[in-house]
Amino acid sequence: MVKIHERKFVSADPEKCVGCQCCEYICSMTKGKSFNPLKSRIRVVRINQLINLAVTCRLCEDPPCVAACPRDALTQSEETGIITVDKDKCNGCGWCIEACDYGAIMLHPEDKVVYVCDLCKEQGEPQCVKWCPEEALELVTSDVLAQKARITAVKKLFQEAIKETKK
Amino acid sequence: MLYGYAGRVLHVDLTTGKTHVEPLNEDYAKKYIGGIGLGIRLWLDHSKPGVDPFSPENPLILTTGPISGSVWPTGGNGHAFVAKSPQSYGVGEAKSHGSFGTELKRAGYDAVIFRGKAEKPVYVWIDDDSVQILDAAHLMGKSPADTEETIRDELGDYYVRVAAIGPAGEKLVRIACIINDKSRAAGRTGLGAVMGSKNLKAIAVRGTRDIPVAKPDKFMEYVKEFHERMKGPAAQKYRTLGTPENVLVHNSLSCMPTRNYNNSRFEGAEKVSGESLNERFVAKIIGCSSCAMRCEHICVVGEGPYKGTMQRMEYETLWAMGPYCGIDRLDAIIKGMDLCNYYGIDAISAGVIVGFAMDCYENGILTQKDLGEIDARFGNHEALIQLIEKIGKREGIGDTLAEGVKIAGEKIGNGAEKLGQHIKGVEVTGYDLRCLKTAALGFAVSFRGADHNRHGAYAFDVKGKVNRLVAEKGRGKMVKDMEDIYTLIDSFIVCKFSRGTYYKELEDMTKLYNLVTGIEIAPEELKRSGERINNVARLFNIREGLGRKDDALPYKVMHMPIPDEGPSKGAYVTQEELDLLLDDYYMARGWTREGIPTVEKLKELGMNDLIPIVEGKTKAEE
Repeated sequence: MVKIHERKFVSADPEKCVGCQCCEYICSMTKGKSFNPLKSRIRVVRINQLINLAVTCRLCEDPPCVAACPRDALTQSEETGIITVDKDKCNGCGWCIEACDYGAIMLHPEDKVVYVCDLCKEQGEPQCVKWCPEEALELVTSDVLAQKARITAVKKLFQEAIKETKK
Repeated sequence: MLYGYAGRVLHVDLTTGKTHVEPLNEDYAKKYIGGIGLGIRLWLDHSKPGVDPFSPENPLILTTGPISGSVWPTGGNGHAFVAKSPQSYGVGEAKSHGSFGTELKRAGYDAVIFRGKAEKPVYVWIDDDSVQILDAAHLMGKSPADTEETIRDELGDYYVRVAAIGPAGEKLVRIACIINDKSRAAGRTGLGAVMGSKNLKAIAVRGTRDIPVAKPDKFMEYVKEFHERMKGPAAQKYRTLGTPENVLVHNSLSCMPTRNYNNSRFEGAEKVSGESLNERFVAKIIGCSSCAMRCEHICVVGEGPYKGTMQRMEYETLWAMGPYCGIDRLDAIIKGMDLCNYYGIDAISAGVIVGFAMDCYENGILTQKDLGEIDARFGNHEALIQLIEKIGKREGIGDTLAEGVKIAGEKIGNGAEKLGQHIKGVEVTGYDLRCLKTAALGFAVSFRGADHNRHGAYAFDVKGKVNRLVAEKGRGKMVKDMEDIYTLIDSFIVCKFSRGTYYKELEDMTKLYNLVTGIEIAPEELKRSGERINNVARLFNIREGLGRKDDALPYKVMHMPIPDEGPSKGAYVTQEELDLLLDDYYMARGWTREGIPTVEKLKELGMNDLIPIVEGKTKAEE
């Protein structure tokens, strides 16, 4: 029997994300009771006015950050996929940062250990998803993402036919 | 120190290259809040009366507000510039949003005061506590957007935020602005030229401090409430068509100045309407840092001679480069906007100057030869593009036009003086004051010259709350009350587009102020701060020699009745009407008939330290 992936992560819809950084402010407030995008676990990239996307940990199936850590400070929960940082073991060497293709793990400016999205374990749900004014952020499994992409693609392909059926 | 404030003012002396930090005067913070209020008050302390706007002794003041740095929608990201304006020779002030102000706050400054003049072009790099003055030779001639990219590359940090001037600011074009985040401008009153006069090409900032608020839990509840309000009717206009919606509204009321105020409606309005813009050009609507409203309509030109242009459009800039120049091509208007941002000039003033030049051309005051062979007929979109280029470069006739319509009109002569539509030297904006008489008063008394954003008094006229064609007593108080709110908006620094979401206006603003700063005050007291800021701005102007004579209206508003058939036909403002409106306004303000704040008024507002500015002036009159 094949098991469907159940791990959920925060994903931004490039069609909806406008680069407002609300998620950064909300994340830093949630984690540290003050506003500071530099301490946010989700980061917005604006290439130009039209190209905006929020990026955070994708809970990789075979996470290179965990593999890269020479001190075994990073572990991944088998159930949820969340990466946990052992603050006593981490010395801030940054190999995990180099290993991550998404820039989703970062060195905390004060704690001097790395930190990464934990899906707001304490709050029960990711606060960035809850607050995003555009509803551009979603907590999804990779399978659902693929499903959506397929549906969008097929709708696009048959847009004329769909218009016809509506008539 | 108070919540909402970094508690520090950075002083940068560009002549000596020395910098130092002083604590923020807490009394100023409480009385003048931040933004333009704090900026104007600080400017008075750091300048001498009669200073030339381009003198090294004219300080350029950059401020944030108590809300800056938080996630407050529209408010977390604002900053303001204040200096003596090279256009009005009075208050120069302009705000901008984006992501620059929030960064400056995190770097730990409520204000930065730039004084003196660097020997060579420089940029200032504020990296938290480290402040460096760096060579900018390689940035000269670059647009603000290119300057931003280059600085970010050389400092090697994506999170560096930059506010810069373009080639026009370097050349002291009097309508030069200061641009951050590539397309956000502190646009009006020519402060980019003041920055240029200091040889200051750009300000780069990175800040890493935490920004706490006094009552975080209640504050977040309030943020949530405003996120919801911003999805509702109060912000609908900005989310959908955006401010260009005004084109058809103003046209139907016959209150859209067209062809340099020769008409009040435009036969090509449909072609340049907000509806047309959205259908044909808007690719995405984006937002500023921390904002939940979406207003920035990013337009892309997909075909034709201006193919590939990408710019943000708003009503005012669209109006200035469109109807005001008789131009009905949106692609050319978007290209014009692109050029204004490239050279770093206020696109409202740029459009009004081009409209002025076209009027001079059609009246034979400027010939095709004078204009460097440009066929500056109204409606010629190529002439718009060519003239903006010339203004941006101060090339040929552009050197004269770069002075703004007031000075250019005087230089050109032969009646050109009457064709330049301005107030206090600042070009008009997209409301025909001949048939909007509450707005006419607001524009006349605006402390930064012709402007709709100092009072919003047009709303009474346009929405039909008063008879817009009549000047009558009572308008003075209406304008005053609006002005007092508008100075608060610009001192908190929240965005004027969000003003409708403050359902209970003053009460809501007071609650926000309280949650951020922890200062418990009543709404009336906050309103007095708004009044105080209008008074301190008036004192700025009085100290610099402005007065009742400068609370004037453009020539055509007072001498050329609206010719167009329709609801506004025949309307204009007489001297008697203007006098009636001014008397009524000064009385509502508690000022003398000459428009000078009385000693009693200043005492009432707790501004005793500024009484010397009016001493002797009010007595002579009484």
